[in-house]
Formats: sequence, structure tokens, C-alpha cells
Amino acid sequence: MYQFNVYRIGPEIKIGEIDLSFTNASLFMVISSLAILIIFNLGAQKKNIIPDKIQLLSELSYTFVSKMISDTAGSKAKPYFSFIFSLFMFVLFCNMFGMIPYSFTVTSHIIVTFVLAAFIFIGVTIIGFIKHGFGYLKLFVPSGVPAVLLPLIVVIEIISYLSRPISLSVRLFANMMAGHTMMKVFGGFVVSLGIVGGWLPLSFSVALTGLEILVAFLQAYVFAILTCIYLNDALNLHH
Amino acid sequence: MKSAEKGGMPQLDPEFWVSQIFWLTITFGTLFLVLSKFILPRISKNLEQRRLQILENIETAEKQREQSEKNLEEFDEIILKSKNKAKEVMLAAREKVVSEITKKKMKLDEDLNLEIQNVEKEIVESKLSSPKKINSIASNITNEVIKRLIGTDVNESSVSALVEEELKKLSRSTNGI
Repeated sequence: MYQFNVYRIGPEIKIGEIDLSFTNASLFMVISSLAILIIFNLGAQKKNIIPDKIQLLSELSYTFVSKMISDTAGSKAKPYFSFIFSLFMFVLFCNMFGMIPYSFTVTSHIIVTFVLAAFIFIGVTIIGFIKHGFGYLKLFVPSGVPAVLLPLIVVIEIISYLSRPISLSVRLFANMMAGHTMMKVFGGFVVSLGIVGGWLPLSFSVALTGLEILVAFLQAYVFAILTCIYLNDALNLHH
Repeated sequence: MKSAEKGGMPQLDPEFWVSQIFWLTITFGTLFLVLSKFILPRISKNLEQRRLQILENIETAEKQREQSEKNLEEFDEIILKSKNKAKEVMLAAREKVVSEITKKKMKLDEDLNLEIQNVEKEIVESKLSSPKKINSIASNITNEVIKRLIGTDVNESSVSALVEEELKKLSRSTNGI
């Protein structure tokens, strides 16, 4: 589990009793953000009618996220495009940088994904109450439910709503951690079985790497699309 | 540190939680701000510009197509007109040539006819006049011959009557000249 260890890089930064030291996790957050900014800045600077590779990459990402938002949350979600784009790209790049051997996967830490998910949860709830006032509470009362079942349904709905940040964060964290742990386990098999029997786990490891790259993309996509769905609940209140 | 040494999940060790939250806020915040303020608007503008440019190009292409269709129609019309005109000119030229030819032919025929008529007339005249001349020459010769033979003048009119009679007999037997 060494790959999930967080350790301090450089001096210890302390404000009062709080430790804000720069760690390897911080390093990979900075690397991911910088990579996103550099790539998209390059892509945004070119204004060709027929785009070149980097311009095409940025524009395709733009239209991809834009289409995802308009498909799931409608046109009202347009003001939140920048946030969801940043979120998707941040999670995607953190996942992808985590696929490099000896690197650190930011999103394999529950605290990171939980902060993101909690921020989304709180933001969506605030947006819902701003848009609909107390009418937003109707989200917990689905229409067409028999009156007898209503108390039960409302309780279930409230629990499911409150568990959103947990499910959102745990899904990403667990996927990333499980994938990396599995690769570590198979890597360990390769070493322990040696030159004779190590080929089978090695081939598994290679296949798993491909699978993990897919998962890295898919989880970023799922994270972003669930955000869009929550946003859709807050913006277009019809259950 | 403690959990790493213990071999548990480092994710559940709260030692660096605050640090991670802090740096996450800073990096993600910066990323979001820069993307939303500078980069995404530019990409969106580029996309919009391309869309407009394409629309404009399609519009111009449509216009040019219409124009070329119109030109083609005009061209066809011009060709049709010039074809008709060429036909007319050809017909006129043919008519002119034909009429000239017939005129010339007619004139030639006329001239030929006139010539033929003249020649025929001459022939007829000479045909008509030749017996008389022959008659007079014959009677003169006869007179002279008689004079030389007899030594006296003979009545000229009787001689010529005789000659004429003889000639008539001759012509009857030879069926003309």
C-alpha cells in the first residue's frame, strides 16, 4: 500500500496547529491542473477554421462536456458549464496521471473525492433552494405515491439524497483504489512466481492496465455526469 | 506515518487531510478560475466563429450557385439565339445564291435563245435567198454560154424561165439543196 502513502515534500508549513505542508498529493494536484491549463491554453490560442491536433483536442473536449451537460441537465445548466468542465478534467487528469508507475493517484484518497462531492452536494442544495425556495423540498415527495406509503417514501428519499455525496465520493475513491491495489497484487504475483510462472500474472497486469485506463476515464465521466444529474434535480424540479 | 507503519489504509490516516483539502481547494480553485475566465470563453468564441464562418460560407456558396445557374440559363439562351440567327443567315445566303444562280441561268438561256434565233433566222434567210442567187447566177451563166455558142443575145427573161424550170426539176429530184 506504499503507493497510497502521503508524505511531505519540502518544509513543514504550519498555520497555528494546522499542517498545510506540500505533499506528494499536492504535487500531483498541481501537475494535473497545470497540464490541463497548458493543454487547453494551447488549444484555445489557435483560431484556425480547420483545427490542428491540440486545438481539436480542446474543442472536442469542450463540445463533449457541453453536450453531456445539455443532455442531462438541459439548457438551464449552461452557467455551470465551467465548473463541470473543470471538475471532469481535474478528475480525469488526476486519474490518468495516477496510471503512470510510481506516480500518486490523487483521487484514490477518500478525503479528496469527499471534499469534491460534498462541495457539489452543498452547491446543488443551495442552487435548489435559491431556484425553488422551500418548494425544493418537493424533491422528497414523489408524485403519484399512495398516501399510506408517503412517510416511508419521504424518509427513503431524504436518506438517498443525503447519501449522495458519500456514494459519489466513495464510488470514485473505491474504483481508483481497487484498481491500483489489484495491479499491485498482480505485480506482486509476477515477482513471487518468478521467471517461470510470472508470465500469467504479467499478462493480467498488462490487460488490467488497459482496463484501468478505461476506468480512469469512465469514473471521471460518471463523476461529472452524476453532478449534472444532481444539478438537473436542482434546476428542473420534476420528479 | 503511524498508519503507514501499521500497514492499514493510508487514506484513513487523518494526518494530511487538512493539507490535502487545502491544496485541493487551491489547485482546483485556480484551475476553475483560469479555465472559466480565460480559456473556456476563448474556445467557445473559436467554436462560435467557426460556426458563423461555415454558415457564411454556405450562404455565399448558395448565392454563387444561384448566380451560376442564372448565368447558365443566359448562356443557353444566347446559344439558342445565335443558333437561330445562324440558321437565318444561312437560309438568306442560300436564297440569295440560288436566286442569283437562277437569274444568271435565265439570262444565259435568254442569250442562248437569242443567238439560236439569230442563227436560225440567218440560216432561214440564206436558205431562202440562196435559190434566187443560184437562179440568177445560173441564168447569167446560161446567157453567157448561149451568147458564146450562138453569138447573139437571147431574151433574158425566157432564159431565166428555162433555168428556173430546170432547177425546180433538179431540186425535186434531189429533194432540196
